[in-house]
Amino acid sequence: MSYRGMTRALLIAPLLACLIAPRLGAQQDNTELLNRIRAMEQRIQALEAEVTALKTAPTGGPSQVVAQSAPAPAEPTPPPAQIAERASETPANIGGASGAAAKVFNPDISLIGDFQGAAGNHGNRYTPSLEMHESELGLQEVIDPYVRGDVFLTFGEQGVGLEEGYFTFTSLPGSFQLKVGKMRAAFGKVNTTHNHVLPWIDRPLVTQNLVGGEDGIDDAGFSVSRILPAPKGIFLEATAQLFRGDSENVFSASKRSDVSTVGHLRLYRDISESTNLDLGGSYARGQSPFGTGTNQLFGTDLTLRWKPLRRAIYHSFTGRAEFVWARTSAQPTALSILGALLSEAPASSTAKPFGYYASGEYQLGRRWFLGGRFDQSERGQCLATNPASSGCSQPTTLSIGLNPVTLANDKLLRDTGGSLLLTYRPSEFSQIRGQLRRTAYGDGPVANEVLFQFILSMGAHGAHPF
Amino acid sequence: MLKRFEAFAAILLAAGSANAASKLNVVATTEDLAAISREIGGDKIEVDSIAKGYQDPHFVEAKPSFLLKLQKADLLEVVGLQLEIGWLPPLQTQSRNPKVQVGAAGYLDLSQFCQILEVPTGQVTRAMGDVHPLGNPHYWLAPENGRRIAKALRDKFGAMQPADAAYFAQRYTDFDQRLTAAEKVWDAKMAPYRGRKVVTYHESWPSFCERFGLNVVGYVEPKPGIPPSPSHTLDLINQMKGAGVKLVLVEPYFDLRTPNSIAQGTGGEVVTLMPSVGGVKEITNYFQLFDYDINLLANAFARVK
Repeated sequence: MSYRGMTRALLIAPLLACLIAPRLGAQQDNTELLNRIRAMEQRIQALEAEVTALKTAPTGGPSQVVAQSAPAPAEPTPPPAQIAERASETPANIGGASGAAAKVFNPDISLIGDFQGAAGNHGNRYTPSLEMHESELGLQEVIDPYVRGDVFLTFGEQGVGLEEGYFTFTSLPGSFQLKVGKMRAAFGKVNTTHNHVLPWIDRPLVTQNLVGGEDGIDDAGFSVSRILPAPKGIFLEATAQLFRGDSENVFSASKRSDVSTVGHLRLYRDISESTNLDLGGSYARGQSPFGTGTNQLFGTDLTLRWKPLRRAIYHSFTGRAEFVWARTSAQPTALSILGALLSEAPASSTAKPFGYYASGEYQLGRRWFLGGRFDQSERGQCLATNPASSGCSQPTTLSIGLNPVTLANDKLLRDTGGSLLLTYRPSEFSQIRGQLRRTAYGDGPVANEVLFQFILSMGAHGAHPF
Repeated sequence: MLKRFEAFAAILLAAGSANAASKLNVVATTEDLAAISREIGGDKIEVDSIAKGYQDPHFVEAKPSFLLKLQKADLLEVVGLQLEIGWLPPLQTQSRNPKVQVGAAGYLDLSQFCQILEVPTGQVTRAMGDVHPLGNPHYWLAPENGRRIAKALRDKFGAMQPADAAYFAQRYTDFDQRLTAAEKVWDAKMAPYRGRKVVTYHESWPSFCERFGLNVVGYVEPKPGIPPSPSHTLDLINQMKGAGVKLVLVEPYFDLRTPNSIAQGTGGEVVTLMPSVGGVKEITNYFQLFDYDINLLANAFARVK
């Protein structure tokens, strides 16, 4: 409507000029005509005012323009500078952000796919030839100024599990940090590590035999940690954790009081800007799933890292070893029953297996990594492992008095393995790895296997702690 | 009993006053931010930094020794635009320091004050390489952004330590004047080479090249963060020959094999420019960073004609 008005003004102006000029020149006293001219002049002024209003307020709504044009006060056209000034007064942004901006509070979502394959004889521990081993869905977000949340769901081919889901209180006084939820316990290094950040495809024998294998000590509870005062340059951190007491093959809780505890002390020091040393001591205690009594684990870990800063993206070395001693209450043996009968205490036996691994990974170039691992671990012949071992000989059942007692085989078996690994990383978000693994199982079989793995990462996966 | 309480109160008060007199403890993620902080903060603040100037700031390890720095920090200065995304968040979470968490008063993302180039407008996927979806984070390499950082720091330090606000303002004015004078010298040195075409290894130099009139026509990396491939290198050599490009600018943390073979193939030269303060020993402040790079470039241009 307003543009039509402008066009009309442009058309009327020359028309008027043609009409008015000869008549004024002839001095005709025609009042009716003069009145009409005045009316037209008023109209022109109104149109001029309308044009000015349009120029000065380009974003103003049409209703404003109509309101101004009606009374038509002949306002002189403002100078351009003034117009510019008025234009700048209009707000730069009208309205809020678009709907997509609301998604800014969605958590960081990531999915890490871990595809694995194996060939060769498996000895007495079976893993499938090809499997989509797990897809880890990560949801991570700062919840409020005091807490952040990290949840990792793992989808296997069969079902879904909560690998970790915890809240971290980042603003506690006294340098304390509290984590609440289900989490991997701070027992050594491998137990805290997700599959896709391990330097191997599998987990070492000591983890499989004594610390619950792939799932490890992973339970619901609290974790409190604090950085302790230490001499300059030394990082000393203590962690104390309390869990429900359920971790497959490590702890089991049948009562509410069967909680498990984990303690960890970490000492870290930069030897130079490129080399550092990381030492840890761990202790875990809970109810044994294998017999009446507790299962206690003692661990030490040692990591040496080298990464020259000027060539950090091309060369690095990480050497690591972990040692675990277990004191596991197992089913009673013939000897322990004899002892129990003499001392009138409940019959049980304690297995004391020990295991360790030592591994190294050298970065050959920007995309290539070469690694090796030697591992050795004992296991009680009938203690469960993950993956499960076959070959536990049938326990004997004795009838002493009224109750029959199952006797365990108290023999410890020693498994020994070695692996050679080659890893290729096309980018930060994908990885292809091959592993040659030879394992001599304590109960006889020797397994020579080729393992391979593809790890692919989608989305915004938060960086892992060092 | 009362005496003992008085003594205890006296100790508390003494501790309180000691805290009040203590300096602002600043931790910067890079040596560039640390250098500008020193320009503004002078001896009224303590400054420490995490990534070294000769290190790729995208790939820093989140070492526990850095936690010790963050634990005591009053102010954490970050480059932002996801430059530190691979290592800073776990450090912040584990620092047990509420002051430096994202959104807290002691967290300062300096990208919000600066002119940012290469902000993607269309769809962003990782098929494009390791792109920075928020824009190019190497913005400190334009002196005007250095000035903006300094101004933001002046305001931040002044707000956090009001007693020294005038001191920080005076140091900013001084920094601003020295930067203006230095820019004239740098402009004069680069004037003969304005509009010259160059190739860089990574997309680290858009701010620098735009400021000093250099035209980046290609990259040694086929895509950001993706190592050079033989076919891309050949294409690049042909492109450089066609356009008469002689200089390959490389950051100090990249392997020189491919850049050297490109230089050989084109009869050009490799120039290892420093993207950060501390890249070499003689670069100890923000001015020396540009002095070093501009001298190196001007000499290289003069040699290759």
